[in-house]
Amino acid sequence: MSNASLISGPHTHAPTSVPYVMRQVIYALLPALLFGIVLFGLPSLWLVMVSVATGLASEALSLYLFKRPIKPFLNDGSVVLTSLLIAMTLPPWAPWWIAVLGVSFAVIIGKHLFGGLGQNVFNPAMLARVMLLVAFPIEMTTWITPAPIFSSAAPSFVDTFIITFGGYIPNADAFTGATPLGHLKTELTLHHSVSEILADYSYFNSILGWNSGSLGETSAILVLLGGIYLIFRRIISWHIPVAILATSFVLATVFSIIDPARYANGFYHVLNGGAMLVAFFIATDPVTAPSTPRGQIMFGIGIGIIEYVIRTWGSFPEGVGFAVLLMNALTPLIDHYIRPRIYGRTRSGKPLPSSQG
Amino acid sequence: MMKLFRFRGGVHPEGHKEATTHKSIQVMPMPKRLYVPVQQHIGAPAEPEVSVGDKVLKGQLLAHSQGAVSAPIHAPTSGTVVEIGEYPAPHPSGLAVRTVVIETDGEDKWIDNPVVPLDPSKLSPDEVAVRVGAAGVVGMGGATFPSAIKLKLGKRNKIETLLMNGGECEPYLTCDDRLMQERAADIVEGTRIILRAIQAERAHLVVEDNKPDAIAALQKACGPSADITVVVVPSRYPMGSEKHMIQAVTGKEVPAGGLGADVGVLVHNMGTAYAVCQAVKHGRPLISRVVTVGGGALSEPQNVEVPIGARLSDVVEFCGGLTEDAARVIMGGPMMGQVMPHLDVPVVKGTSGIIALTQAEVNNRETMPCIRCGSCVNACPCGLLPLQMAAQARAGNLDNVVDLGLLDCVACGCCSYVCPSHIPLVQYFNYAKGELTARQQAKHKNQENKRLIEQKNERLERARIEREEAAARRKAEAEAKKRAAALEKAQKEAEKQAEQSA
Repeated sequence: MSNASLISGPHTHAPTSVPYVMRQVIYALLPALLFGIVLFGLPSLWLVMVSVATGLASEALSLYLFKRPIKPFLNDGSVVLTSLLIAMTLPPWAPWWIAVLGVSFAVIIGKHLFGGLGQNVFNPAMLARVMLLVAFPIEMTTWITPAPIFSSAAPSFVDTFIITFGGYIPNADAFTGATPLGHLKTELTLHHSVSEILADYSYFNSILGWNSGSLGETSAILVLLGGIYLIFRRIISWHIPVAILATSFVLATVFSIIDPARYANGFYHVLNGGAMLVAFFIATDPVTAPSTPRGQIMFGIGIGIIEYVIRTWGSFPEGVGFAVLLMNALTPLIDHYIRPRIYGRTRSGKPLPSSQG
Repeated sequence: MMKLFRFRGGVHPEGHKEATTHKSIQVMPMPKRLYVPVQQHIGAPAEPEVSVGDKVLKGQLLAHSQGAVSAPIHAPTSGTVVEIGEYPAPHPSGLAVRTVVIETDGEDKWIDNPVVPLDPSKLSPDEVAVRVGAAGVVGMGGATFPSAIKLKLGKRNKIETLLMNGGECEPYLTCDDRLMQERAADIVEGTRIILRAIQAERAHLVVEDNKPDAIAALQKACGPSADITVVVVPSRYPMGSEKHMIQAVTGKEVPAGGLGADVGVLVHNMGTAYAVCQAVKHGRPLISRVVTVGGGALSEPQNVEVPIGARLSDVVEFCGGLTEDAARVIMGGPMMGQVMPHLDVPVVKGTSGIIALTQAEVNNRETMPCIRCGSCVNACPCGLLPLQMAAQARAGNLDNVVDLGLLDCVACGCCSYVCPSHIPLVQYFNYAKGELTARQQAKHKNQENKRLIEQKNERLERARIEREEAAARRKAEAEAKKRAAALEKAQKEAEKQAEQSA
């Protein structure tokens, strides 16, 4: 169209934009993120800062290399969100280079090699987490027992730098501990029953987040509140989170009824291992999820099933990332086959019959 | 309360109606000149009946309709025809359209009874349709389809329900709202006339719940009548879309590619009912209409009864002019209206609004890549996948866009409205629709060429055969002559021999 004045309607627009959407998600993440920083102390803050800095640098570098406009994309908030999400799924005292590797991998390979914003097939944050988990299993499974910032349990100020930038945890045994899911897995292989293993497990701590785990995913309640905020703001819809949580809850409940000694119950699965974070913040990444409500429910059920299978019978208790990536791969297929019914047509696409003979 | 239904999707754009909904309709002074296009409707343009220099009276026929789908044009006031020429049309392109220019004389003198007023209840359905057609009434909601043709639909299909569309779901627009508030009795009267013409059982005056005053006025005008009732529907864009209003009120869906008549429903606009009443009861042709003049860039937003052919500049001036931050002037509402190239275009029968928007109101930003958020899928009232359609249109895969339902798209703009990436989805679809039409035209042209070539070949072949046949005939004749001559000769010789032997 040569004539610039040939503009189609609408000539007004809802008060939304990509930066607005990204900002809302970041706001929703903040409570859980801040809680993680408080719970695991300054090393986790350094890790978050390294992640965001790496994210911005790799985004700028990628945009320059791929000759994409730098300013609008660097400012759209998407890379900050990706960086924060990756930081939140890392062990809180992981060394700085884990964050650098993970975030730059996510941004350069996970996002820009696929074509940049909106083009990636796989969720960049989960891609980074899975890559790190497979390549650096020790660093990625060194979990910290809560050592709140400025508390007597916290490491000294100098030590926090040694932890993050020296890659060495002074007096490590005093700080490290297993995550609930890891603990369950290990003890089960020692033939202890679930009731013995969970004898001193506190659901309250899991809800609150007072547990070992990734930097920002321990607090089920804060993640849940953030997710509800996003649904309320219509940034995400309920379909994916509800489908994921309901599926893994139902599966876990069924198996724990069949054999309570070997399988933990539904609440345990829904509250731990980042299930909430994945359900509300990772799987709902619009780029890599189906775009129709029915497709989203299928997608969520798929993640719920794979997540439960990997946790229960696989060798990665914290392996929810695999579930997301597998379903990401199925998204184009789901979107191809699951379509809404068109007005005036049957599901198969034929016009509805006329009531006039 | 009637049971209502829900259509999928839709959006809730900010209404902006409070600026004009409580102000009564103003009549603007007659401009010095009126620019009346002969094409103000869907179908064939009308053919001028007047010549330059003619004195015309208000309501006099300026141009008669031609073809099955067309509508006549009448003089909006008295004056002199000073020119019949090409002037910019009220369309984004600003392309020229044949226009009758009238220099008004300020007397506004009516022609003696252009059509004799009659008691509508004594007219047959056909007579109603003829009168409505002769008065140049077209769909006033913006579609501008000649109303008389729709009235005749009742003959072909059994229409059970007539819906009078008072949705007016576009932001800013309140012209129907004010018309319903101020002229409810005429609207109900017009509805009754249409009802009789299409011989339907009942009519519903359908109004969105954000117009309580209009609802009250209509209810009062309807009285206790059983055949015409007011139905209040929730405010949700695009409630005023014919297909979606039918679904919201009756629960029925118009089959793809069909009309409301296919499910026994006919929809007319409230403004059309008013125009029908004027035409049939008072014998007055459609020569003016109520226009909402509004938007954040307009000094004094209000509803104005504007003579057809008044330029936007005249109307805007009457409403105090534009403010400095005017970014875009729209004819119609901001969701589906069209950008005007400038203000030197006339108000036509389908002009529901002249909306001057500021940059902040337009809120257009740089387009970002699609993040596949699915907002457009959730907003689409037709069950389409706008994001996929746009991607296919961009890639030039026209067949895929059609497969995804391009022709089921009503261009309501919900998808573009909610898109966080500010992708001009409707523009893509309009482009694809244009391409499709161009392709069909090209195909048609090819077929037509093929047909002509075949015809020519056939003709040449026939001529050749005829020539050959003629040649053969001539040859045969010549031979026959020869043979006859030889026979004669032989006979003569035989006779000679016989004579000799005898």
